[in-house]
Amino acid sequence: MFDLSATELSAAIKAKKISVAEAVESYMGRIEKTDKSLNAFITVSKEKALARAAEVQGRIDGGETLSPLAGVPIAIKDNISVKDIETTCASKTLEGYTPVFSATAVERLERAGAVIVGKLNMDEFAMGGSSETGVYGAVRNPWDNARVAGGSSGGSAAAVAGGEIPLALGSDTGGSIRQPCSFCGATGIKPTYGSVSRYGLIAYASSLDQIGPIGRGIGDCAALLSIISGTDEKDSTCVIKEPFDFGGGFPDNANGLKIGIPRNYFGDGVDESVKKSVLAAAEELEEAGATVGDFEMPLMDYMIPAYYIIACAEASSNLSRYDGLKYGYRSAKAKTLPEVYRLSRSEGFGIEVKRRIMLGSFVLSSGYYDAYYKKALQARYLIKEAYDGLFKRFDAILSPTAPTTAYKIGENVGDPMKMYMGDIYTVSVNLAGLPAVALPCGFDERGLPVGFQLVGNAFSDGILVKAARVYQNRTDFHARKPKTGGEAQ
Amino acid sequence: MLIDEKLIEYLENLSCLTLSDGEKERLTADLGEILNNMARLEELNAKGVPERSHPFDDVNAFREDEAVCSFDRALILKNAPEENGEAFVAPKTVE
Repeated sequence: MFDLSATELSAAIKAKKISVAEAVESYMGRIEKTDKSLNAFITVSKEKALARAAEVQGRIDGGETLSPLAGVPIAIKDNISVKDIETTCASKTLEGYTPVFSATAVERLERAGAVIVGKLNMDEFAMGGSSETGVYGAVRNPWDNARVAGGSSGGSAAAVAGGEIPLALGSDTGGSIRQPCSFCGATGIKPTYGSVSRYGLIAYASSLDQIGPIGRGIGDCAALLSIISGTDEKDSTCVIKEPFDFGGGFPDNANGLKIGIPRNYFGDGVDESVKKSVLAAAEELEEAGATVGDFEMPLMDYMIPAYYIIACAEASSNLSRYDGLKYGYRSAKAKTLPEVYRLSRSEGFGIEVKRRIMLGSFVLSSGYYDAYYKKALQARYLIKEAYDGLFKRFDAILSPTAPTTAYKIGENVGDPMKMYMGDIYTVSVNLAGLPAVALPCGFDERGLPVGFQLVGNAFSDGILVKAARVYQNRTDFHARKPKTGGEAQ
Repeated sequence: MLIDEKLIEYLENLSCLTLSDGEKERLTADLGEILNNMARLEELNAKGVPERSHPFDDVNAFREDEAVCSFDRALILKNAPEENGEAFVAPKTVE
């Protein structure tokens, strides 16, 4: 069963070869065995999952036509609300918080017959690139438990790559789906902004956040994205008209696909092994019929500053809702109302969240607004304009997802600027609202996965999925399994 | 950029946070380094460039403005640190 993709598992369930309960229980067993070493899960909701498995089995047995993911166990990043299951954002601030509603993406998955088995570890409030900043401890990389899984959707990527779950939901604000996929050897999609409802996604930076799938291969990710995408009256920024329909099959050629490679993404600071594997991926697609050309990516020096200024500004506003009154943590020491606010926030948030709230307050404050926030919004305009120009020449931009492979736990977490620079290839995609797929493309000399991303024009997610299918049809990096979690090789 | 005690205190107030001495020391150093890096934006010639606060110009998908029932009060109060069955309970602000 563990060798089946999520869609194959669903087909086996519909063909009565496996029951939904067997699928759920088998993966529960996997989680129990493996998560001691990965720490990918915050909550495992076994009883609810088994009850739900019985319900889905009844629907299948009753002849109901369900989605290509019916009966498949799925886990959800812990910043996405699931009704009646604790949703913490890996923060003391939300310990014990149990949403009274589910995110639209979760509702759609449940309607499609998926079975939610638990909530996944992450950086606190999705603020980080290593899944080390959460209150439940670091997620460990399934390829080397001494190393990080990436972040902020590190739990989602590690759980999938470690074989604990066939498919997961993550969220991507500046690379939080793509970078952990790269570090763990998983596949992910950061959908076009406005194609998946953010209703029920606990906000970090609202103009950048987007929910997306993490799976082993692109077929499963595409199946999931087609279920969760589509307009939603509960999120006015979800401007997509119709849900994605990616079709099926794995085409064997990329004829007509025009790929651009930003040559300045391959300069100093990129690991040689990353460079080599990513350029080999470009060659693979070229051999499949794509045309590949290179270009100089403009504005590269301004991407990180613009992203962090905008993300932190939005975060400082979004996180002002945590006041110790309506839900979440309240300080036992607080006696007055101002103390409730200040002490609850001060005791509830970790250092990275405080750092970003303070930065956000700074860039929005009188006297600094024009020099920082306004300038960042102008840089965002120019970055979007630059991408618009590039997509007149190319269908997809191919680049590394991260400059390095997974680093050791504790190695960078004390150096925020170094951590932020690790997001250099991913953040501009969110600033411009573009879609991207993250795909495994090799291993470094230590046996750690390397990943690359394909970035497309807004709402061209289908083109990226097709290119990814071609690539994964010709390679097997996505199918390789680590010893931790997956079957030993 | 020099981050001093006065600026940290100002940002604590804006952020509604009270930092420990250790956090103050750490964030003073971190914010200085981060803002120095952000200052690279000064070099960007953005004269006359519009500000983009959203990825797309087509920001909103509007729906009809219709009144619908929201959540039940008891459900909403379920997650409150302190409630009295009708409302959230906060310390008295007026004696």
